[in-house]
Amino acid sequence: MSSDRDTILARVHGALAPLAERAPLPEWDLELVHMRTIQPATDLWALFAERLKLVNGTPLSAVADLVALLEQGRWRRGYCDPALWPQFKDAFPAIFTVETAFDRTRVDDYDFGITAATGAIAETGTLVLTDQGTSSRLAALAPWVHVAVLRREQIHADISAALAVMPADPNIVWVTGPSKTADVEGILIEGVHGPGVQVALLV
Amino acid sequence: MAKQLIDQFAATLPADKRASVYQSTKSTHEKRTKMLFDQFAEPNRLRALAGEIKQHVLEHLDTLLPAVEAKLQANGARVHWAATAEAACTAVLRIMQARGATKMVKAKTMVSEEIALAPFLEKHGIEALETDLGEFIVQIDHDHPSHIVRPIIHKNRREIATSFERHGLGAYNDDPQTITRRARQFLRQKYLQADVGLTGANFVSAESGRIVLVTNEGNSRFSLAAPPCHIVLVGIEKLVPRDRDLGLLLNLLARSATAQQLTVYTEFISGPKSAAQPDGPEEMHVIFVDNGRTEVLASECREILRCIRCGACMNVCPVYRQVSGHAYRSVYPGPVGAVLSPLLAGKKFPELADLPKASSLCGACHEVCPVNIPIPDLLLRLRDKAKREGARRAAAGTPPMGAWALLASQPAAWKAALFGSKIINYLPTKLLPVPPLRAWEDTRALPEMRGGEFRKWMKGRKKS
Ligand code: SF4
Repeated sequence: MSSDRDTILARVHGALAPLAERAPLPEWDLELVHMRTIQPATDLWALFAERLKLVNGTPLSAVADLVALLEQGRWRRGYCDPALWPQFKDAFPAIFTVETAFDRTRVDDYDFGITAATGAIAETGTLVLTDQGTSSRLAALAPWVHVAVLRREQIHADISAALAVMPADPNIVWVTGPSKTADVEGILIEGVHGPGVQVALLV
Repeated sequence: MAKQLIDQFAATLPADKRASVYQSTKSTHEKRTKMLFDQFAEPNRLRALAGEIKQHVLEHLDTLLPAVEAKLQANGARVHWAATAEAACTAVLRIMQARGATKMVKAKTMVSEEIALAPFLEKHGIEALETDLGEFIVQIDHDHPSHIVRPIIHKNRREIATSFERHGLGAYNDDPQTITRRARQFLRQKYLQADVGLTGANFVSAESGRIVLVTNEGNSRFSLAAPPCHIVLVGIEKLVPRDRDLGLLLNLLARSATAQQLTVYTEFISGPKSAAQPDGPEEMHVIFVDNGRTEVLASECREILRCIRCGACMNVCPVYRQVSGHAYRSVYPGPVGAVLSPLLAGKKFPELADLPKASSLCGACHEVCPVNIPIPDLLLRLRDKAKREGARRAAAGTPPMGAWALLASQPAAWKAALFGSKIINYLPTKLLPVPPLRAWEDTRALPEMRGGEFRKWMKGRKKS
């Protein structure tokens, strides 16, 4: 394979050698990509919640609301990050079965998965998940309902702010609403391979 | 005289397909434009900047490629290089064989289409399953994608329901929701059984070595959550200089491709999973693919390598809307394909040399392109190349233009000709005994000849 490396790099050198000058890297002002339809917000959670709703996501600010949502959808079996479960378990009545280890041989047994978010982007209603912050990648993905647990101070104003502080993590996922497709005749269907219901729970 | 192949194909396209391709491309294009112009003060400035950034990348690949290789290795990924399609396929196969792997789940990647990876792996006893809903349907139908973002834009729900039934995915049901749920159920077992997850890359940051992947369905997330090994196939042109440049490119890509502010899942992958994480790949490989790209880089059309595969140029193209994607006989259809496909064909350029003629040069593709590629200019350069190299396919159906050229270059003769020109409206041109003209008129309607009206109008304007 190393010969392919040499071949490719030699061809690249050969292709670029005749250029009298090379295109410089433009500097650009982050202001340019700010959405002008969005007013600067003091309450980033409020802006985030509003934007999340626009992409059919579900912002919640109380554990009781989460329990009500799950009861209403009859989503009773689920997974919760073992580090988060102690703070939630009293709010969950006995009809719920919640496990703190995700068994990949029974992915369809879990109606919901509760894991921690590492951040959020207010402007786009985006949740930021990381590999190190997520107790199980599958638990955050396979169940029909995903609940990302978020703290107020983790919310960034916009994409550029989030990009500026990207953690050293092997797998950062920005989640903007539930999984979706429009492949069949352009008709929007939610819940393709990932969650059909995406919740952001503020604690 | 022979007709252009693309015209021949268009003539066989059923009217309902044409209508649905037209409708869905048009509506995506309109939403895209509204979003960009409503939300940003200077969307065209953004396109120009993104074009400059990508042009910078292309012209600095000699330093950026080794730099990103070092970054990726430091992040724990193994880097491979593939000069040709065969080398890329073989690299994937070797990685799989070394792990004793026989099952792959694939997220959507145009490079894998380009190198025909799935059929190659199947020949070697490896199941390579497409997981993007559209690509999955293409695969079970033994068909080809007809759009780079919407692979089954040419299929309706009845055809899909029939394919699902034939493939044992339940009794006939053409409800899009049912189709999607059935694919969800079928494919999640496949992710869990797979040995390897293969993805492409939308961008690779040279600064951090992060591989950036965008999907709406979540199939690439699943491919990186269940299997123990991740292979990335990426064209050498996909680099971006810095993480901050992604802020510009991601904003443009989502809006240009699907009229979204951001694609549902944007993943930044820089290595195998962390030690404490129970799910995901413990091994990660990145294969940089050339397959003709360095030749394009050396050509007078290198700007086409800026392309971020958003599909906006096909959505807006009056030719694509009429002929649909398969008419381009190559992996990349539409305006981008009319430039890229003949170039990537290398020695087989003459076989696709007609594609650059499949354009009215209206310029709409350039106007929408998020990286500001002057596609019409590139089409002209390729037409010229075809002429110089005497590609016969490119000349098919083109009437000899000698008489026209003579007229058009002599103002006096031109004026004289205009004088009697209205007569053409009363002639049954379709019956004229000039075969090239007839072939041309078969697929085109001439507008009414107004013989000098425009000149009169121009003169009037000057006076006022
Ligand atoms: S050429 Fe431009 S508009 Fe066409 S797919 Fe590529 S980036 Fe998009």
